[in-house]
Formats: sequence, structure tokens, C-alpha cells
Amino acid sequence: MLKTFPKGGIHPPENKITSAKEIKRLTVPKVVYVPIAQHIGIPAEIIVTTKEKVEIGQVIAKSGGFVSSNIHSPVAGTVTKLDKIIDSSGYKKQCIVIRTDQKDESNFEVPDFPLKKEITMNQKDILKHITDSGIVGLGGATFPSHVKLDLKNDNHVDCLIINGVECEPYLTADHRLMLEKADEIIVGIQILMHALHIHEAIIGIENNKKNAVEVLKKAAQSDKRIKVAALQVKYPQGSEKQLIKAILKREVPKGGLPMDVGVIVHNVGTIFAIYQAVQYDQPLIERVVTVTGKKIEHASNFWVKIGTPITDLVNEVGGLPEGTRKIVNGGPMMGKAIKNTDVPVTKGTSGILVISEEEASRGKQENCIRCGECVTVCPMGLEPHLLMSLTEKGMYEKASFEDIMTCIECGSCSYVCPSHRPLLDYIRYGKNIVKKLQTAKN
Amino acid sequence: MTVSVLYSVLLLVSLGGLAAVVLYFVSKKFYVYENPLIAEVEEILPAANCAGCSSPGCKSFAEKLVNTDDISDLFCPVGGNDVMKQVADILGKNVAEKDPTVAVLRCQGACDIRPKTTEFEGPRTCAITAMVYGGETDCQYGCLGDGDCVNVCKFNAMYMDESTGLPVIITDKCTSCGACVEACPRDIIEMRPKNKRDLKIFVGCLNEDKGGIAKKSCEVACIGCSKCEDVCPKDAITMFNNLAYIDPVLCTLCRKCVPVCPTHSIIETNFPPPKVKIEKEEKKSIPKPTAIKEGILQPINLKTDA
Repeated sequence: MLKTFPKGGIHPPENKITSAKEIKRLTVPKVVYVPIAQHIGIPAEIIVTTKEKVEIGQVIAKSGGFVSSNIHSPVAGTVTKLDKIIDSSGYKKQCIVIRTDQKDESNFEVPDFPLKKEITMNQKDILKHITDSGIVGLGGATFPSHVKLDLKNDNHVDCLIINGVECEPYLTADHRLMLEKADEIIVGIQILMHALHIHEAIIGIENNKKNAVEVLKKAAQSDKRIKVAALQVKYPQGSEKQLIKAILKREVPKGGLPMDVGVIVHNVGTIFAIYQAVQYDQPLIERVVTVTGKKIEHASNFWVKIGTPITDLVNEVGGLPEGTRKIVNGGPMMGKAIKNTDVPVTKGTSGILVISEEEASRGKQENCIRCGECVTVCPMGLEPHLLMSLTEKGMYEKASFEDIMTCIECGSCSYVCPSHRPLLDYIRYGKNIVKKLQTAKN
Repeated sequence: MTVSVLYSVLLLVSLGGLAAVVLYFVSKKFYVYENPLIAEVEEILPAANCAGCSSPGCKSFAEKLVNTDDISDLFCPVGGNDVMKQVADILGKNVAEKDPTVAVLRCQGACDIRPKTTEFEGPRTCAITAMVYGGETDCQYGCLGDGDCVNVCKFNAMYMDESTGLPVIITDKCTSCGACVEACPRDIIEMRPKNKRDLKIFVGCLNEDKGGIAKKSCEVACIGCSKCEDVCPKDAITMFNNLAYIDPVLCTLCRKCVPVCPTHSIIETNFPPPKVKIEKEEKKSIPKPTAIKEGILQPINLKTDA
């Protein structure tokens, strides 16, 4: 019996159309739009001016604090303007617009780094490289990675978990990366274990990616400290807390972090970025993006420069099919619909999903029939129907008492609701207000 | 039969008597003194319990009025100067006279002049729409049109205009309690002085984008050209972030800024129609889009007698 988390969860249709498609390199865009807020925390501070020439990989925005991250130029070219562009949040945000220099060869070189297994750096240098390279959690939450690695003395961490679950339907970016860069990922894990003095690492992969499990098992053969755990297929297993529970049976306390139970979790994409940053001093300027949808002609996975407009990606796969209703940045469960295709790819973009008219419909909202489906599927053991009605009525203190803040926003409740109630929308709003009230109190 | 009736009557009467005695002593023993002025003041207050005075209700505002020595910064927006004067007479304290204010809507982006570029399928409340994204139009500063302000208004002073998709404020009913200002996630509704005969001039736009982008998303957006700033004789207009703002304190309602605005984003209310001569010139130079007049201003004027 394969492991999984015990409480709740759902089984949406997988639709992993692109799982056999090799990661292709997208043509370098003519213009890139690099937002300065691509991570959770304080936005980076711009350190370039208009008309300034920038090199590929040059820092163009400096980390604005501890929970923040550097941003590097994804191309060599000229900064044309500092403007506000709609990003995936739906609002106009500060962006650095860079025109690619078509004559500069460094833009078109395909980076080819041979596998480098020796770890020569000491712990301090590794952490410095990770901080400077602007690495954030590439699973989608974009939490600056160096913050997770900055361990206090009282946090005893004994296990590193690598998140290769990719439980979101449609997305295959992590899956392909594991297949194609398995050796590099293993070295990346070794780097982290070396830096953090951890002697155990477990790679968690859902069992619908059997080939990835095999490939990684083979790659990890030489290192006895690294194990690969095949997990049952269940959404939202890719969530940090659920993954820890599934693999180690440890429960992260309410309001706590994985560190509190001696675990650090990193996504496979992040591990690969760390490998590149430490071994080859490569900053995070590109990532794997799955461009998919049932009606997309040439759905595939791509290496994409950060800041590439989604238009370029859509054109690459054969344009928007007729009857397109929604374009989602991310997966269908947790992704966010974008306003137009000018939105740039950021560090957190794991996929672009094109949804047609019939799939996009939300269904008419009806009254709650108290069936309790949402309670059954909630992986955090909450009562979504209650949280929604409390938020609707403005009873935020009661909602806070009912642990609205522990919601991981996986959307399982909205998915199963037979009355099509917008449970997650209200819970998110409630969380916003409760957070504001809590900060006002302190 | 008669005996049992007699017994029960006697028993009940004696029980009642006993309870009366107990209650009398208890009420004496646990008597809480409440300033009789509080009840008197509460009687005068409008009993709307709207929280416009920032107290939770009229009773607690009355307590505050009685217990605070200096009440010059306390004000009941619903009752206005009349009520505050009566309160001052009872309490023998000084109150400051305030100009009555009224809520105004600083957005003219009706459906026909601010085209929708996306569609939102989620729950129709402004608060959630604003949390999810910039709204269905390309203007991320303007009205979302889901009517959170109308829902919180306790005085029926607002309604949604179906044709424009914007809320309409009935100025005669508006008590300036401020509930709508708080409910609006975009801060479109502003409290401005009512002035004589409800004459008001204000910029009906909050778009901070550069001129071209603003104009593209909405025909009547302020494009930050600062023509109004130049023409204002009292320096009441300031430009900030590509957006004009008219300071109600400095503004003398001379209306010089209104005709110079190339996008007609400055709104004037309840003024008599301009003299024939001016009107001719105006018409020659800049034809006004009819939508502004019909969509926003007319309903306000019409509904004043509703």
C-alpha cells in the first residue's frame, strides 16, 4: 500500500497531456517584462535605469529585505522603460522592460552544463550563492529559498523532503524535469544536505509518474541517504503539510512551519535551480513551463525566460483555439485566470492552461444543502461551508476561531460542492480580513 | 371548590407580595446611577445607529457626548448641526459647526464608455472581485459595479443604475454616515461639502495611469493634462500621479475648470445651465459625450425629489 495523507483529498481527472513531451527551448523573446514582485515578501528594488545596457544574468533588482529575492536580467539587451504592466495578480505592477539585443550571441547560446558532481563549496558559500541567485520556491508559492535554509539553532532539522508530487492536473513541468535532469537533481539534493548537515532525504513522487520514480531511483543508487517514495495519487498531496504527513507521518502544528517538525521541503524545480546556482553560478532566469489545454494543438513543456509574455508561449503551441474562455496561470486547481496574454511569465509560473467554453463554466450557485462533502474532502479538517457563511455574514472573529487561517486554499471544497458554491473565494476573502484584523491588533 | 380557588389566589398574591419586597430591596441595593442626561441626549439623536460618528450606536454616542468634556470634535453626521446644537444646549458645552457633507461617486465609467474586456464569474461582491483582480474593464481604479455600497446604505440613499452599471447617490437622502466609503474597496466614494443648493464640482475619476492608457480604458478618464490646474484661479486643483484633485475647501465653485477638461471628467452638479454665449463656444470646441449627462448627472437631479 502506497503512502498518502490521511484526511480528505480529491481525485480530479489528471489530463497530463504533455507528460511525454520533451522540454523544448522557447525562442528568446524580443522584449521581456520582468516584474519586481515575483516572490512572497518585500518586492525587489530596481537598480537599473532606462537606456542602460544589461548583460544576461546581471542583477537588475536587488533584494528588498530578508524575505525578498534578487532579480536578474533574463536576456542581454537595453532597458527600454520602467513601467507598470498587468501581472498574474490582475493588477498593474512595476516591471522592468528589456529589449533583447538581437546581435548579442549570449542570448542565443543554449546553456549546456555537463554534470558536475563534486561539491567544493563550504556551507556558507552555498547559502550565499542561493541567496544571490534569486532562487525562490518554484512549485508556485515563490517563497524565497534562502529563508528556508537559514536555520536557527533551536530548529533541529533531520530530514529533507523533495517535492516531485505535481498533484495539479495538466501540469508536467516537474515530471519532465525529473526525467531529463535526474542526475543534476540528485547532486542538488546532495548540495543541500551538505549545507544543512542533514543525513536523510526523501523524494516524494506520485505514482502516476512511474518512469520518474524509476529514473530517480536509479540516479540515487550510489547515495544511500537519498530515498525515493512513490505516493498514492491524491490532490493536494503537493502541499507541504500534506506531503510531510504522507511521507513521515509528522503533523506541522497550526500556524507552524515544517521546520517545527524537523523537516525542510523543496520542489524539484528549486533543487535544479540550486544545482545550477551552486555548481555553475547561474542565476534563476529561466524555468520550465507547461503550456497545455485540451484543444491546444502542440501542447508541450518549454524552457522559458522569466519575463516572456504569455503571447509568445501561446503562439508557439499553435495559437489560441477557437472558443477559448479562460487562460490560467498555473494549474486548474490553484492557478489564477489571467486578464490578457501580455502577462509575463514569472518565477512562479509552472504552467499555462487554456480552457474552453464548456470547461470554464462554474455552474449556477445554489443554496447549501448541508451534504458535508466539503468537510469530507478538506485536507486540513476544516468546515468550509461554515467558514464561507461566517465570512458572508462578516463574523470574522468566529471565523478566526474556526481556524480559517489554516486553510491552504487548495480548492477541493469548491471542486466537490454540488451546489457550486464559491467556497474558496469567500474563505480567501475571510482570510484577508482576519489577517488585517490580526495585524491591527498587534 | 371555592376553597381551592381561594387557596391558589392567596398563594399567588402572597408570592407576588414577597417577590415585590425582594425586588424592591435588590433594586435599592444594586442601583446603578446613570446620568439622566444620557437618556435625554439619546432622545434627540436620530436613532439611526449607523455608526457614522464612529461610535457603535446612538446610545453609546450619547454616553460619549455626556462623559467627554470637550465635544467640539464629535459630530453626528445624520442629525447635522441642528441636532448638535440641541445637544449643546442640554449639556451646556460648545460644539463646532460643520458644513454638511454628502457622498459623491468619483467614477463615470458607465458600461458604454468603459468597455468590458474580461468577464468575472465568481461571487458578485466588490470586495471579492477587487481581491481577485483589477475588474472586468481595463481600468483598475474605477467602479466594479457589484453594489457593495448600495448594500450597506441604511438610508436607501443609493441604488444601482441598470443602464450605466454604476451606483447613484440620492443626495437628499444621504446622511453622510460614511458606510459606503468604508465598503468600497476602490475608495471611489468621497465625502464632499454639500455647499449651498448642493452645488459641487469634483473630478469624477481616480485613474492614475498615464493619459493614453487611461483614455483607452475609459473615455471619460482624467488624463492628467493639468489644464484645469492652470486655469484655476484659487490653486484649488492639484495634480498627483496623473490625476487631478479639487480641494473642496479652496474651491470657490467658479466652474472655470469644467469646460477646459478635454475628457469631461470634471463633474458639476445642480448648477443652472451655463449662459448661452458660453454654451455656444463650448459646443464648438468640444462636443460633450451625452453619456455623462444622461448617465450620471441626470439621475442625481431627478432622484432628489424621489
